Amino acid sequence: MTTIPAPPVAVIAAPSGLARLLQLVPWFVVAGLPLVLPGYEPLAMQVFVMILFALSLDLLVGYAGIVTLGHAGLFGMGAYTAGILSVHGVTDPIVTALAAMVVAALTGLVFGAAMLRTKGLTLLMLTMAAAFLLYEIANKATGLTGGEDGLQGVSFTPVLGLFAFDFRGKTAFFYSLVALFLVFTFVRILINSPFGWSLRGIRENDARMVAIGCPILQRRVVAYVISAALAGLAGALQAQTTQFVALHSLSFELSGNILIMLILGGSGRLYGAFVGVPAFMFAQDLLAKQDPANWFLGQGIILIAMVMLAPGGMLGIAERAMAAIKRRLS
Amino acid sequence: MTGTATLETQSLNMSFGSVPIINDVTFTLRPGERRALIGPNGAGKTTFVNLLTGRLHPSSGSVLLNGHDITEVGEARRIRMGIGRTFQITSLFPKLTVRENVFLAVAECEGIASRLFRSAFHHGAQVARVDELVHRVGLGDVANTQAQFLPYGRQRLLEIAIALALRPKILLLDEPAAGIPTAESHVILDIIATLPKEIAVLLIDHDMDLVFRFAQQISVLVQGSILVEGAPRDIAADPRVREVYLGDSKHGLPAAA
Repeated sequence: MTTIPAPPVAVIAAPSGLARLLQLVPWFVVAGLPLVLPGYEPLAMQVFVMILFALSLDLLVGYAGIVTLGHAGLFGMGAYTAGILSVHGVTDPIVTALAAMVVAALTGLVFGAAMLRTKGLTLLMLTMAAAFLLYEIANKATGLTGGEDGLQGVSFTPVLGLFAFDFRGKTAFFYSLVALFLVFTFVRILINSPFGWSLRGIRENDARMVAIGCPILQRRVVAYVISAALAGLAGALQAQTTQFVALHSLSFELSGNILIMLILGGSGRLYGAFVGVPAFMFAQDLLAKQDPANWFLGQGIILIAMVMLAPGGMLGIAERAMAAIKRRLS
Repeated sequence: MTGTATLETQSLNMSFGSVPIINDVTFTLRPGERRALIGPNGAGKTTFVNLLTGRLHPSSGSVLLNGHDITEVGEARRIRMGIGRTFQITSLFPKLTVRENVFLAVAECEGIASRLFRSAFHHGAQVARVDELVHRVGLGDVANTQAQFLPYGRQRLLEIAIALALRPKILLLDEPAAGIPTAESHVILDIIATLPKEIAVLLIDHDMDLVFRFAQQISVLVQGSILVEGAPRDIAADPRVREVYLGDSKHGLPAAA
């Protein structure tokens, strides 16, 4: 059995002002990409949406220790909420995104309150079952969702009434980048809060948390609802930037893929999503186009290799390399 | 709620399947009391503590706090009512540092643990309390070390820091000195001595030297029943107690005074 190595020690201490400013640099670099690489906006915004989705999952898997194979259920709820609202005349992107978050959060509350009394394999099965349930409902309710054909005729008015979604994807690019930045900032505040630390405590030793007086079910449900709202936002962004909602957005395949992307990057590290998602999508783009069947083989090999050889994901490898270099130098 | 608390059990029974573990135990722990619970291995001492803290549910009988029946109150709530404990088998957050371990307990105790939007390190008063507790149990030099890398004896001290962080009115110490070299077990007594006088402390330990230096009162649990209770001198002289421990040199009682 390989054990997952500890995430880097996050000592309770404040980062310096300069360190904070430096952390903003990559965001500006990315925001400048359309100038250097025009034409990649549609691909980039897909990556942003998936990173946002993976971040919402990291809150559960990496911090609260809740492993789920049904996270697409919440993503899809957000996507369908935004899509269905737009078909019925509510077309403001921000209003529909907020509505999607609320619907996904409520879904998370109902399923979370029922499922989170369990843990481990039982919980994994329940999350899967819950997502299958939502998938089947969307599949059968063709009048509302379009069923297998997907939801057609989705369109949104300009963001803030100013920036129309253009076919080159410039607006969508910046819109999803800003959303990702806000969510990243929010999640980072959350994981450093006392609440975030109590989630780590539950992940590490839930029985001990009970014995220090922590209402762990309540804490886990709150984490699940927050994560659900963020997954719903990712779904809404997907609907808004692609102007289409497919049944795939609720699928087991998506639930599995997002978990693989997170594990690939490294869970419980906040930045794992930023590494794993592009790496996975790049590999998918490279391999799947040549031979879709072999892509699944490649995906399997990647997953086995990560779990066997690099349980901390790509960031885990980087951390160990840095530690080795430090040892060499000292 | 007042600063002091009396913890009682009335006719407490507990069995695993058909095997009785705790037999009709009626027991009282008063404010400020320093009581030890001793007994041979398998006497049911840890089970008894688990019944007091709500980790286990009794087959019959009741647990009372200040006269209120708390038999149906869950473990987490009993902790919040002031019943603190340490575990016989060390139970920590292995991948978190010493300070972070203590912070979790302080945060729960002071009701800030569900705060979402303010960084943990900006809670100055709580962080100061964490550092005070870490130093009080003598772990200042390893404050930023992950708990899993501490030697076992120091993990035991971290257990105690976590229990103290919860501001217990009643403190149940389940073999706190197990794994601590005998020569250093006085550290435990030193820490207990820093506690406010009105806190009731129940100590379970096999180290009779420690027990007799600590206790004002001793309860002897044998095969799930209280055999005898009394002052240390009387317990040491009691022939039934001596019989129970006879031939068990490791747990030898000090000579009768």
